Amino acid sequence: MIYNEPSPLEVKVISQRFTLPNSAAIDTYLATDGYLAVKKALGMTPEAIIDEMKASNLRGRGGAGFPTGMKWSFVPRKTDKPRYIICNSDESEPGTCKDRLLMENDPHQLLEGMMIAGWTVGSNKGYVFIRGEYRYLIDIVDRAIAEAYERGFLGKNVFGSGWDFDIYTHTGAGAYECGEESALLESLEGKRGIPRLKPPFPAVVGAWQSPTLLNNCETFSAVPAILRMGGPAYAELGTPKNGGTRLFCISGHVNKPGVYELPLGFNLLRMIDEVCGGMRNGKKLKAVIPGGSSSPVLKAQECDVPMDFDSMAKLKTMAGSGGVVVLDEDTDIVQLAMRTMKFYQHESCGWCIPCREGTTWLKKILDRFHEGDGRSEDIPLIGELARNMLGRTFCALGDAAAMPTIGFIEKFRDEFEAHLLKTQDPQSPELIVL
Amino acid sequence: MTFSPALEEKFARILTIYPPGRQRSAVVPMLLYAQDEIGHVSQEVIDEIAHRVGIAPMQVDEVIGYYSMLHRKPLGKYHVQVCTNICCLLVGGQSLLEHASKTLGIGNKQVTADGLFSLEEVECMGACSWAPAIQVNYDFHHKVTPERLDRLIEDIRKAQGTKQVS
Ligand SMILES: Cc1cc2nc3c(=O)[nH]c(=O)nc-3n(C[C@H](O)[C@H](O)[C@H](O)COP(=O)(O)O)c2cc1C
Ligand code: FES
Repeated sequence: MIYNEPSPLEVKVISQRFTLPNSAAIDTYLATDGYLAVKKALGMTPEAIIDEMKASNLRGRGGAGFPTGMKWSFVPRKTDKPRYIICNSDESEPGTCKDRLLMENDPHQLLEGMMIAGWTVGSNKGYVFIRGEYRYLIDIVDRAIAEAYERGFLGKNVFGSGWDFDIYTHTGAGAYECGEESALLESLEGKRGIPRLKPPFPAVVGAWQSPTLLNNCETFSAVPAILRMGGPAYAELGTPKNGGTRLFCISGHVNKPGVYELPLGFNLLRMIDEVCGGMRNGKKLKAVIPGGSSSPVLKAQECDVPMDFDSMAKLKTMAGSGGVVVLDEDTDIVQLAMRTMKFYQHESCGWCIPCREGTTWLKKILDRFHEGDGRSEDIPLIGELARNMLGRTFCALGDAAAMPTIGFIEKFRDEFEAHLLKTQDPQSPELIVL
Repeated sequence: MTFSPALEEKFARILTIYPPGRQRSAVVPMLLYAQDEIGHVSQEVIDEIAHRVGIAPMQVDEVIGYYSMLHRKPLGKYHVQVCTNICCLLVGGQSLLEHASKTLGIGNKQVTADGLFSLEEVECMGACSWAPAIQVNYDFHHKVTPERLDRLIEDIRKAQGTKQVS
């Protein structure tokens, strides 16, 4: 099922089946080029597949935008150890709701992508790690897996190649941190989702101490189309070094929020005006959070920009997970900063001190500030605390909390100051909170 | 202790999907599925699952403490989860939570006296483009208004009432 009307501006590559009746069924998939790509891959060498992936300029859709072909080439193939394929369907970055649609509407596309990855790195087992809240999707993916076994597409001797491949689902149970790849592996191993020290990276030492290829659900879902159309043709859809299309999850104050598949490099203002029917209630645009809640905010005047990884990096923010949160002129930035930090504080796993303490302090200060007990020193203090977390934590959750906070306080300092003036009671004594 | 035949079958399968000697990997799925059947993770469930995956009950307890969906105390039969994270906040998620609290007569993380409902403020549930969103147990509801929420709760109450009469 889809939950919003499609837009005529969409370029449908990975969402092409979403509106078909029975789109999740194997017969629908087979009638629309399904499982052709894996058959093609089985006739190719791993090197040739990796070259095709590199030529596609596909970059990881989980957040960091790491080149997928390169990641695949890091997995050692000449080893006696088993190798694992893991799909990250933990989808918990606020603003992001696309992996859900991929699993709900086209689970076979995901399975085929994982199979191609499995063949490429010489793996015999894949796991789809799905956040616990997505129970209905676990059922859908399990059904798709069962269908694939029934047809002999999974299990022993896949398509007569002599190669065996199994796929299983594995549920999370509520933890944003388990989307971080090494914490995900801990969770998969039945432990608390605490990140591992890197290096070694999962490609070398991953699940159960073995080489592991871990990609986001949307990344794997793009693989069959890449093999069918060829890497260069897929790359052409996007901008240089930012190949293809992605599912943008647009939310907030627009007339038609929704998930839309658009080429990388699609202009952000056009996304708001033409794809999403403009701002709600005729309000003016104040800002956009361009890539999930971890990405620093863009002011309205910065929004005439192509949405791809490199253009966002140039603006010192991130294309991240594709969650585009649109804010109108009435948005209370102080409240937003406070709510964002409340999330990271809640989700910090507590393993390393800069993140555990940093998010807790910042949440306390922002909470108090928002409640009306702010002090003028709080504004630089918030910035300083956040900057002190950057790069000092075990995993990137600390950065994910610090970066947007720095963005809010630097770009909307005037709003923090105005909030202080509005709420300050000159009679009240200074509060000592920390 | 034993679970329903369907769950026993599921558990037997789950224990085979991880590499040999790595049965501990099944612990989170088993806990969540057991909770779905029993309503919460009781001490009995902990002991049983610890035994089946071959770790100490305390190690299972340690895992439970980490995951927000695993509960040591019974939830309501209908667990109403309201997202107040940023995308939902922007379009009324916070007032929806307050409304839910009023309608149900309970606060965050509380259970109604009849055990029918519990309420929880939750983080982003992956419905941001169709906000504000709630989940009742595992069912998603998108673009929820206070009126729709009331109707949903009323419908559950009514259905429950009829069941009790019949
Ligand atoms: C705190 C944190 C949370 C993350 N959550 C997710 C997530 O929910 N889904 C995801 O695919 N990647 C998530 N990531 C990124 C993963 O660590 C990893 O880079 C990604 O899954 C790799 O896949 P890709 O190369 O296909 O993007 C998260 C990272 C951090 C630091
Ligand atoms: S922010 Fe509420 S569902 Fe994502």
